[in-house]
Amino acid sequence: MDVEAIVDNLPLYLQGTWMTIQLVALSLLVGLGLAVPVAVVAGSRRVWVSALPRAYIYFFRGTPLLVQMFLIYYGLAQFEAVRESFLWPLLKEAYACALLAFVLNTGAYTAEILRGAIAQTPFGEIEAARACGMSRAMIMRRIQLPSAFRRALPAYGNEVIFMLHGSALAGVITIVDLFGAARIVNSRYFVPFESFLTAGAFYLGLTFLIVWGFKLWERRWHAHLRARDATPTVTGR
Amino acid sequence: MLADLHTWLTTASAGLLDGYLYPFILQGMLLTIELALLSLLLAVGLGILGALARLSRSPIARGIATGYTTLIRGVPDIVLMFIFFYGGQLLVNDLGARLAALGETWSLPFAVGWDYVEISEFTAGVFTIGLIFGAYMAETFRGAILAVPRGEIEAGHAYGMTPFQVFTRITLPASVRHAIPGFGNNWLVLAKATALVSVIGLDDMVFRAGQAGGSTRQPFTFYLVVAVLYLLITAVSDVVLRHLDRRYSVGVRRA
Repeated sequence: MDVEAIVDNLPLYLQGTWMTIQLVALSLLVGLGLAVPVAVVAGSRRVWVSALPRAYIYFFRGTPLLVQMFLIYYGLAQFEAVRESFLWPLLKEAYACALLAFVLNTGAYTAEILRGAIAQTPFGEIEAARACGMSRAMIMRRIQLPSAFRRALPAYGNEVIFMLHGSALAGVITIVDLFGAARIVNSRYFVPFESFLTAGAFYLGLTFLIVWGFKLWERRWHAHLRARDATPTVTGR
Repeated sequence: MLADLHTWLTTASAGLLDGYLYPFILQGMLLTIELALLSLLLAVGLGILGALARLSRSPIARGIATGYTTLIRGVPDIVLMFIFFYGGQLLVNDLGARLAALGETWSLPFAVGWDYVEISEFTAGVFTIGLIFGAYMAETFRGAILAVPRGEIEAGHAYGMTPFQVFTRITLPASVRHAIPGFGNNWLVLAKATALVSVIGLDDMVFRAGQAGGSTRQPFTFYLVVAVLYLLITAVSDVVLRHLDRRYSVGVRRA
């Protein structure tokens, strides 16, 4: 075991960790913003309305993230229109391409989770909202979405972990995230075991952190589902 | 028959994608499928072992299995693949060399250790993907085994079956139905995870798409073709899985 190479490069690992956190947080944030409208439209009963978002979800859930990232990073340069557009300075950067791929990917997975959760709204709730005279948009905003978010929380926790693990692919296209840092250390010192195991340990720590965070979050959002205190309190004495 | 198929495919796809579609890309796809199926076999074996260990009475077996599933599921697959591919190679050869040195110092009458072993990308890929998805399968199978009604297992014991007989004749067959949805999910994720082997240099269809895209200067076209081929694998799997689900749910009432 070559511990020295790892200790000497801890700053690099920490820098990589920061990059990973940044990539994952940004992708999740923008991805969630994309997923909500897509989920609402994909849940429409009219086929011509739901066809496009459903096709988007199907494509991004059915193909490997690596291929999606390559399509954007290597693929887009094939088109002259892209190369001459004002976006090109951005799109030729690995960082923007990885971010775009991650956003589109997590957007599709999250949309599918939300679509399922919206579809599971108890009909009585919607009926009650209608009886109160709410419009369809208002029912979606006030009744369906809030309860769907709550139902989607456990599945979304898995998606966040999936995104953290998927973000390691950024290291493949030259970005110095956690995995990229490990690759650099390995290429400099040829210590594959130590370098990648260290990155693995960092990822494991981040995973545990996310699991723990979601447990807290669920405790808050699912407070109404928790078993009540087992010892009944005697009232009216 | 295979030769016929080859000729037919060659003529049918001539000129398609500058002639790269067949044999170049489609043979890469065959490799992807082979890799996926072999990994699946390993994953199912490890999954059954893992599930049994997690449900066993021995705390050591439970500890090992829990550690295995937690560690594997907490680390990205690509990092695990690099650990196994680069690290595993080093470890195997280090071990071989040390054993050989040990045999020499003790002047053993038989040869121990081994010469330099080259672990191929394919082997490393199968091992990594199998090992990763074995952890996911273990979780699925554990849930499925727990879903088998207790009474059925007790009935088996009451008939005087040995624990092994109860497992192979009752628990295992009855748990298949509960395992299929999770199994299907794991398989779909596994199939997509095969794309990662292109990063360690195995020339699967993603790797080949990169080469073909480079030489024709049409990377988008080729990666899109590969994406569609993955969708094809997913779609076919869906049909098969639905069929399996129906078959193993015969006799279950549905609303």
